[in-house]
Amino acid sequence: MAIEIVKPGLATTVQDAGRPGYYNVGIPLSGALDQYSFRCANLLVGNDENAAVLECTLLAPELAFHAPALVAITGAEANPKVNGVAMPRNEAFAVKAGDTLGFDFMRIGARAYIAVAGGIDVPMILGSRSTYGLGAFGGYQGRKLATGDRLPIGVPTAKARAGRVLPADLTMPLPKETELRVLPGLYFHRITDASADTFFADTWAVAPEADRIGYRYKQGRPLQWRERAQPFGAGSDPSNIVDAGYPYGSIQVPGGVEPIILHRDAVSGGGYAMIGTIISADMDKIAQMQPNYKARFVRVDMHAALAARAEYKAQLARVRTALG
Amino acid sequence: MAAATARYSFGADEHVFVELSEDMSLESFFKGMAITDALAKRKVPGVTEICPANASYLVRFDPDVIHPDEMLGILQQLERELGDAELEVPTRIIEVPVYYNDPWTRETLMRFRERHQDPTATDLEYSARVNHHASVESFIDAHAGSPWFVSMVGFVAGLPFLFQMVERARQIETPKYLRPRTDTPKLTIGHGGCFGAIYSVRGAGGYQMYGITPAPIFDPAQKLPYFRDFMCFFKPGDIVKYRKIDRDEYDRMNAQVEAGTFDLRIRPVSFSLTKFLADPTGYNKHLEGILYGH
Repeated sequence: MAIEIVKPGLATTVQDAGRPGYYNVGIPLSGALDQYSFRCANLLVGNDENAAVLECTLLAPELAFHAPALVAITGAEANPKVNGVAMPRNEAFAVKAGDTLGFDFMRIGARAYIAVAGGIDVPMILGSRSTYGLGAFGGYQGRKLATGDRLPIGVPTAKARAGRVLPADLTMPLPKETELRVLPGLYFHRITDASADTFFADTWAVAPEADRIGYRYKQGRPLQWRERAQPFGAGSDPSNIVDAGYPYGSIQVPGGVEPIILHRDAVSGGGYAMIGTIISADMDKIAQMQPNYKARFVRVDMHAALAARAEYKAQLARVRTALG
Repeated sequence: MAAATARYSFGADEHVFVELSEDMSLESFFKGMAITDALAKRKVPGVTEICPANASYLVRFDPDVIHPDEMLGILQQLERELGDAELEVPTRIIEVPVYYNDPWTRETLMRFRERHQDPTATDLEYSARVNHHASVESFIDAHAGSPWFVSMVGFVAGLPFLFQMVERARQIETPKYLRPRTDTPKLTIGHGGCFGAIYSVRGAGGYQMYGITPAPIFDPAQKLPYFRDFMCFFKPGDIVKYRKIDRDEYDRMNAQVEAGTFDLRIRPVSFSLTKFLADPTGYNKHLEGILYGH
């Protein structure tokens, strides 16, 4: 086993591109929350861009290498050190057997990705190596990494080489204030016009309850719901609906107080009205928001959502060219 | 072709959400099942998730493969085509043993009493009262007496939402806890609003707790025979008939689960919504006959 966990960090898990196809039985997509940084990390070490990596949240781990390896770190700004010596981010570098990879605290951003040439070789379950915590399967024994865990590494490709660098203009932006674009819909008609206005006008701060399942936001004005007789089976609170499926990125507002955006470990359904959905191109931004980072929700239409998606894909294509 | 009456809404650029009705009804559920079945059979390129729910359904797609407007058009066309179809579905009926009023959910509900509408009663006592049953026993008999439809699987992996197959006047309706619990025993039989649930894993929950089943319903290791095909046992459209068991039987079954020899009684059945709606009580007797072979 090539990598041993010396200190696990706050929430370090094995993740890859995710596990689509089972949301109908409540098994969510999972996978790296910031897919862009995840793909960059893999390409830096010559991996298939969907290979499994370590996702580190807020406090990165300390790892002991029992075999030589090629690694790259992307995403949040947590400066890596090998045996206490500073190493670059967004660049592939070699570690020797016996080396320890540690990190400074995470200054900016919320998730760093550690790719190792060959990928983290945990068993594939339902087509993915991603950890699904609530279901306790996937990744390494279905859970966050703990001290003493030993991770197997796959075989590096012929493209693995030290010194490959992600150009600075292609790294993930890590702003402390950002705009998240929303396509209104789902149960948007249930809130009043005035609340629709304040929702998009207010600045919202990430609450401490922010994880792979969902991100909660606070500090905006509470939303008011249009009056109605609640439908049979919907429950008594005006923010309740007959339990329905929750899209990834959908924004629910229990009691009208704090919006929650569901991310890749989403609960697949429930009884809270959703007022819109974050566009696919902006989901990675959420992954890099620390508690107290600020967001404004910006109303867009489908045309803008598709244009942003195309721009996201074009950016990934530039990364593939740069790191090919 | 019938008119399209459902409400369609995009969940950003990757989802279409379709609300068949605002309120819960078996008709809406079946319509959703029929449309999502037909969509699955069509194998539309770009569709990645098809999720039927209680009175709605959700489709996830890749807009680089299929344009959102084209996706929407297919779903609206399916609704029109199926509008007047006879709703008959092949499914299965499953007996689920339940130890009602068990010590584990009882211990849990006592721990969270201050979050409940009635801190002086148990969840069963409270639910019996608000549903106008003279006793807990009579309430349990109603709960276990008629079968339930699995109307959605989700929230977490393998968790079935169930809707009892009785006239609306006889539906059990209970509020959820005032504030959700942070703990619910695994395999708790719960109820909130008009829906039942079986908690597939231990965790937070807001439903009233009535009992516990020894039968695992989610197992990534797939140890028991009924997990042969998949780690989640339940599928939308399954029919569940609860059977009351006592502590001795619960312990016996639990030992079988540990030994890997436990199995569920499962029978294939074809369900007709029209026949059910014409005579719910008679139709449920017919279903029970199929389950128990008489």
